[in-house]
Amino acid sequence: MARENILHKVRTALGRSAGAPPGEAPPPVRLRIPEVEMESRIATMLMRIEALAGKTARTCDPLSYVAEAIAGKTAVASNAFYLEQIGVTGLPGVRSGITDRAELRSICATADVGITSADYVLADTGTLVMIASPQEARLISLLPPAHIAVVPKERILTGLDELFTAVPRPAEITSSMVLITGPSRTADIEQILVRGVHGPGLITVVVVG
Amino acid sequence: MSTEFPQTFPQTFQQKIHSTLADANLQLAIYTATGRLKDKRTENVASDVLPDYQELRSHANAIKKHTIENLDFYLEEFERNVEAHGGKVVYCKDGSDVADFVLGLAKEKGSRLIVKSKSMTTEEVDLNERVEHHGLEAVETDLGEYILQLAHEKPYHIVAPALHKTRYDVAEIFTRELRIPEETQPEKQTLIARGVLREKFLAADIGISGANFLVSDSGAVVIVENEGNARLTTSAPKIHIAVAGIEKVIPRAQDLATFLKLLARSATGQLLSVYTSFLSGPRRPGEVDGPDEFYVVLLDNGRTKLLPDRSKRQSLYCIRCGACLNTCPVYRKIGGHSFPWVYSGPIGAIITPQFMGVSHEPELPFASSLCGACGEVCPVKIDIPKILLELRSDVKKTETREKQNRLEKLGFKIFAWMMTHPRMFEFAGRMAAAMAPAHDGKWIRSVPAPMSIGPVKAWLSQRDLPASPAKSFREMWRQR
Amino acid sequence: MPNRVSLFVTCIVDQLFPKVGMAMAEVLERLGYQVDFPEKQTCCGQPAFNSGYRDEARAVARHFLETFASSEAVVVPSGSCTSMVTHHFAELFQKEPETLARVHALEKRVYEFSTFLTNVAGVDDVGARLDEVVTFHDGCHALRELGIKSAPRRLLAKVRGLELREMLPAEECCGFGGTFSVKFAELSGAMARTKIEAIERTGARAVVSLDPSCLMQIQGALSRAGSSIRTIHLAEVLASR
Repeated sequence: MARENILHKVRTALGRSAGAPPGEAPPPVRLRIPEVEMESRIATMLMRIEALAGKTARTCDPLSYVAEAIAGKTAVASNAFYLEQIGVTGLPGVRSGITDRAELRSICATADVGITSADYVLADTGTLVMIASPQEARLISLLPPAHIAVVPKERILTGLDELFTAVPRPAEITSSMVLITGPSRTADIEQILVRGVHGPGLITVVVVG
Repeated sequence: MSTEFPQTFPQTFQQKIHSTLADANLQLAIYTATGRLKDKRTENVASDVLPDYQELRSHANAIKKHTIENLDFYLEEFERNVEAHGGKVVYCKDGSDVADFVLGLAKEKGSRLIVKSKSMTTEEVDLNERVEHHGLEAVETDLGEYILQLAHEKPYHIVAPALHKTRYDVAEIFTRELRIPEETQPEKQTLIARGVLREKFLAADIGISGANFLVSDSGAVVIVENEGNARLTTSAPKIHIAVAGIEKVIPRAQDLATFLKLLARSATGQLLSVYTSFLSGPRRPGEVDGPDEFYVVLLDNGRTKLLPDRSKRQSLYCIRCGACLNTCPVYRKIGGHSFPWVYSGPIGAIITPQFMGVSHEPELPFASSLCGACGEVCPVKIDIPKILLELRSDVKKTETREKQNRLEKLGFKIFAWMMTHPRMFEFAGRMAAAMAPAHDGKWIRSVPAPMSIGPVKAWLSQRDLPASPAKSFREMWRQR
Repeated sequence: MPNRVSLFVTCIVDQLFPKVGMAMAEVLERLGYQVDFPEKQTCCGQPAFNSGYRDEARAVARHFLETFASSEAVVVPSGSCTSMVTHHFAELFQKEPETLARVHALEKRVYEFSTFLTNVAGVDDVGARLDEVVTFHDGCHALRELGIKSAPRRLLAKVRGLELREMLPAEECCGFGGTFSVKFAELSGAMARTKIEAIERTGARAVVSLDPSCLMQIQGALSRAGSSIRTIHLAEVLASR
């Protein structure tokens, strides 16, 4: 059996016996959360996203903003409680409440815009943290050529260290946690930057509050 | 422009180097592309931008060291956690095992179409060729890899696979393979690929990805990318297979706080890649999309051969960022296809002899000026120059009794003898000086034919030689 | 603080660039040091070590240890030869604890020339004068194994009449690499040409380095290209009046 064969080779090479715990404790985890107040976080986050050619908006009326942004376009929205709460899922032209995988996929494949919330945003890199759940499907932020994420400001964390402190074991809550930092891009041909290769080429992050 | 057409006879290492050096366009492409990546990395790890950089490197090195030294423990923990979340681990000794597994699964599920995201590990075992041989369609979805698949070529660089292709090369490939009118604009070429591949993503039965990290405490694979093709590969088809070398394990999800800060910066100078996916198991109950089945292939393929040597086993710490390639003055001249294996650059130079045996390409560890730039930029602090030196010693110990090697061996025995007998050293020096044509301090452009052999000839092929001074230092010193 | 220093001029300086050794001695004497030259010296063994011949390198290293056994301080006009002694000798004697102890003791007393001046002698200004526009080439061993970057620049900054222009890109290998220069001659030559292009872009009339092997590679390439740019070892700059 390949498993036994490989593990045996590993143990022999390392001089370890089966079932033995590690020789010493692993190096401690390194998490340093800086103290950054909210206004500063928001400013950094907006700056980072814009530096990556993402669009940003800060508003207390996200509904109007989104309505204007998707006017004349077809949109699919996730089942995020937050989106329902602020009325996005009720906007004309927005399909939401989809729970069937095949249906979701075919709608996402043809929609102009995908609208989601986000579980967290990382300020220092301008990163959306999308945790898959019954409320947030994977393909909404992936298939349509444009993605709008509407996030209340309270969800903005300082960075990776704070994320992995808040969520030390993502596997316990989800099959997929995706960190999204800017629009999809490639520089594979002559190092020329092209956006929107497979994922959305247009990203808008709307901060509420 | 590129080595698209197979040579009549396989080229030697030196021949491949020569033809790359002789191609001016290719020289410019390699140097410029790597220069850009190198500079971006430097900007984003600068001490005012990432003050913790050196600390993070040390931490990453310590984590990798600990994990590799206890690899079996972490593999088993990883396996338990994959299974706990509804996935399955498949250990594979080599490429045949991987192909057998994929083909077996495809047959069981009636799958015909596989989409693949970028995975050097699958390149290593020629997975595409193996499954295509059995009638399955396996499509590369990373733009660079897709282009190369159409061109039937291997990647040129660990992170930027099509670095050596111009837009005209791409136009030619697309026209020929996709039977479309010529298109030379990179933006439009990208759109063409996007269109073709979108259909494949949505129709595929199986998605095969690599993995940048295997997280032991989570049973998760972490995939880092910019295009979104890995997300699609792992989210659209009903089956996801992640293929990774056994050395990719890290102990804890929280260790990603260290590794993710290093990986993208080292690779491309980005703070983070556009998409970092942390995937564990098939979709959970209630999740609307995601695969129904999740497999992680743990590949040996010779990695266990690198474990016994306590000094060289650090070669397994590599997180495949490509920083060493971008900074290596040798890689930046000879490019990826001069190397004998899919892994090129400094990391390729140290792992190839360990996987294949030093006799596979005995000159490889010597194709370095030992400048040390690679070790300086490695995010996990692999001491690449040290390993190159050890491999050189290994080569000399196992070298066959070819004439040239025997001469060299003798030459160094004489060297050692001379350098431990100072009067002989001085005498030999005076002899050499007497033979050297006097040029009044001007450097020597050529020497008489009988003298133009071996190292002298090689030196003179590229640069002038210094003329011997009238007196050696020790003679001048004595006469002070 | 030593009063007496031993010169390890290196085999390449002894045979090909003796003036570098003389310049180094002159500067040291000017600073008040008594300078000796242990006649038994030959080479640090680096060519054998880098070529994979560790037994031969070990023999040469042993000879070096004997030669300098009683030196208070050894000063070397080369980064790569210094780092051979201070960073690689130990690798050769892992199985000989007694010799290894002698290696570790000697490591602490072997100094690359510019480092000796700034760190041991504690001087930047050696009273030098050279009217010239120069650029400085950081040899890789000096830069990365010995961490030498600012010492030579501090010294050059105090040379009257000297203008230093940094090259871009900086810190790139000249392509010498010992036997690499002949085993992969064409590649080494290509690296040298890239280096001299960077040098030419500075507009400097001379290249300074603290490594004679780099200077040999660079001068060889400059000369082949018909350039009038010359190479000068740091010691020669500092000895200029």
